[in-house]
This record gives sequence, structure tokens and C-alpha cells, in this order.
Amino acid sequence: MADNNAGLVSKSLAVYVKDLRLELRTRSGLNAIFMFGITTLALVSFSLGQALLEPKVLGALFWIIIFFSAMSGLSQVFVREEEAQTALTLRLTADPDAVFWGKLIFNLTLLIIMAAVITPLFFILTDAPTAGAINFLLILVIGIIDLCAATTLVAAIIAKSSVKGALFAVLSFPILIPILIALTLASEKILAGESIGEISKLLQFLIAYAVIMITASVMLFKYVWQE
Amino acid sequence: MWWKSLIFLAMSVIIWFSFTTPAPQQQIGEASRIFYYHIPQAWICVIAFAMSAYFSIKYLRKRNALNDDLAVESARLGLLFCILATVTGAIFAKVTWGAFWNWDPRQTSIFILLLIYGAYFALRSAIEDEERRAALSSVYAIFAFVTVPFLVFVLPRIVPSLHPTDSVINKDLKFTMGLQVRTIFFSSLTVFTLIFVWIFNILKRYHIIRRKMETGTI
Repeated sequence: MADNNAGLVSKSLAVYVKDLRLELRTRSGLNAIFMFGITTLALVSFSLGQALLEPKVLGALFWIIIFFSAMSGLSQVFVREEEAQTALTLRLTADPDAVFWGKLIFNLTLLIIMAAVITPLFFILTDAPTAGAINFLLILVIGIIDLCAATTLVAAIIAKSSVKGALFAVLSFPILIPILIALTLASEKILAGESIGEISKLLQFLIAYAVIMITASVMLFKYVWQE
Repeated sequence: MWWKSLIFLAMSVIIWFSFTTPAPQQQIGEASRIFYYHIPQAWICVIAFAMSAYFSIKYLRKRNALNDDLAVESARLGLLFCILATVTGAIFAKVTWGAFWNWDPRQTSIFILLLIYGAYFALRSAIEDEERRAALSSVYAIFAFVTVPFLVFVLPRIVPSLHPTDSVINKDLKFTMGLQVRTIFFSSLTVFTLIFVWIFNILKRYHIIRRKMETGTI
């Protein structure tokens, strides 16, 4: 059993490294996700001008930006395999669990890089209070894990359909709303200067959601992948 | 056959009593009568959703096309009852809180259910190959159903709400209704469920016959 687990980790890493190498060669996914994030951020900042925003609005805007950036790039990871017609080879050489974990970690990497740039820019452009920065970072990390946990399986599903891009947002949105509500509420409280204890319930909810989404995805992924 | 006439009779009696007995909730008054119809509809909506997930699991295990048909029909009926529950809920919201829609957590939950059903049918229309469509939409139906407990039980408790929470069961899991209200409510719930079973059975028989005709066994 231990051998098997070690095998899964190294196989997942192999899939991850393969995707990372492909990404670094063209940077197509990263570019799309980056430019989308920056465009949305610029639009928000530009249209608001010098208006002083309440924490409630700031929290909502921040997650809208992250959500749309994520929607623009996270489906790439499977769509690319189908378009380059490499999915079949990957299916023959790697087992489904390894593919799923590899793709999940790859999506996490994409979003973390994106958020690492967008978040400071957001704070600079909107002049948001930075007092609870460490707590905000915690919410951000949990939020990104939740986003990837809920969308990786959906990305695999839509890669096999005929209208890929539009369908990704349509299928992901209902599953992401509970997360977005909790994330917006939590960010709002932290930006308003409340302590981490105030949002512990929301964080528990977010972590539980991520765990359940990943468990369900792992169980269902092989049915999608073998189609 | 006899139980179908019984449904008709029981529904008539329930409608009669739901309007002639005192209103179930004193503070809200007459508008609270909608509770005899609204909650059974919301209940069927969740049941249909669960059935859709159940038949989807069955499909993925056995790859029998009939199970996919049944998953779709459950989803279709679920969508119908979901719309009914949303509309009756909005009417109730208008009377008691002054606006048809105010993003109360329960309204958010039912809106998400509507979106999930919509997404499910959008996915089905985007895949041409029949087997692939069945398998992928089954996966989505199961995946989306996993979120339902969060929507129904968790979200309304961590987000501030206006919805009457102790109308059926209070915090100590005890019934807060009087005997009369309880009797009408549970009869209504039972009859609504029976109507759902009836419609579902008709659709099921239709699909069994259709599949048999396709394969030429009748």
C-alpha cells in the first residue's frame, strides 16, 4: 500500500511537471489568466475612480476579479489535451488518479501565481486597509484551493463537449456560489478590521467544502477521463 | 388505479382544510397558508435531485441507457417543482418582507438549484454522442448533488437570514406546530410526493416502451 501511494505521488508529479514544462514553453494559460485579471482589475479601478469603498464592496469586487480570471484559464489544462489530441496517449500511460492530482496541482500553481500579482495591485489601486493582511492571505489561500477543487472536474467534463469556453463558466458557477458567498463575507469582515475568530465558522465551511469536492472529484474523475 | 382517485380526493380535502382552518402562523397570518404548498414543493425538488443523482450513479455502474433516461426525467420534474417553489416563495417574500426577491440564504439556495438544473441541460445539449452525453451529465449530476447538503443545511446557518427557521422544526429538533396544522402539512407532503411518484412512473413506463421499440423487442 505504501508503495502504491508513493507511486501515485511520483506519477502525479510527473503529470504536473509535464504540464508545467508545456506551460513554460508557450505560457498561454498563464498569459490568458494574467491579462484577464489585470484587465478586470483595471476596469474596476478605472470605473470607480477615487471613490472610497466600504469593506463590503471591496470584498465582493476582489472575488469577482479572481473568479473571472480563474474562469478564463482553469479549463485550459484539459482543453489543451483534447485539442492537441494528446489525451489518448496520456490515458494510456498514466492512471486517472495521477492525472487528476497533477492537473489539480497545476491549476493551483496557475491561480497562486495570478493571485500573487493581482492581490497587491488590488490593494494599491483601491487603497484597501492592510491591517489584517495576514488573515486576508489565509482566506485567499483557502479560497484558491476551493476554486481549484470545485472546477478541475468540471474542466475535464467540458473538454469533451462542443462549446467548451462558455460551458465552463455555466457549469462551474452554481458549484462556486456557496464558496464565493463565504469568501466575500469572510474578506469583508477581515477588511473591516475584525479578528480571525469572527470568521472561523466560514473558514470551517470553506475547508469542508474543498475536502468534499476533492473527494467527489477523485471518485468521479475516471468516468470522465475514460470517455 | 384506486390510489390515483384517492390522490384526487385527498388533494381536494387538503385544499379545503388549508383555507378553512386558522392560519398556521399567528404572526404572519393568512399568508402563512402558502406553507402547506411551498414546503412540499421544495421537498419534491430536493427529492427529485437526489433521484437524479441516484440514477446517474446507477448509469455509471451498469451503463444501461434507461437509467440515463430516468435521471433526465427526475431532473426535469425537479426543475418544474423548483420553479414552483421559487415562485411561491417569492410571493410569500413579497407579502411578509415587502420584496419578491432579497437574496435571503434560502432564496440563494433555490436559485443555485435552478442554475444547476439549467447547467445540467446545457451540458446535455452540448454533447452529441449519446453515451458520452449520458456519462458526462451523470458525473455532473452527482458532483452537483454533493453540494446540496451545504446549500440546504449549512449555508442558511452561517449567513444572516429572514426565513422562518422554526416553522417546522425548532433548534431542539421538536415540532413547533399544533396537531391540526401538523396533520394538514404532512398530508400535503404525502400527497405531493404521491403525485410526483405517479408522474415519474408514467414517464418511466414511456421510456421502457421507447427503448424496447428502439431495439425491436416489441
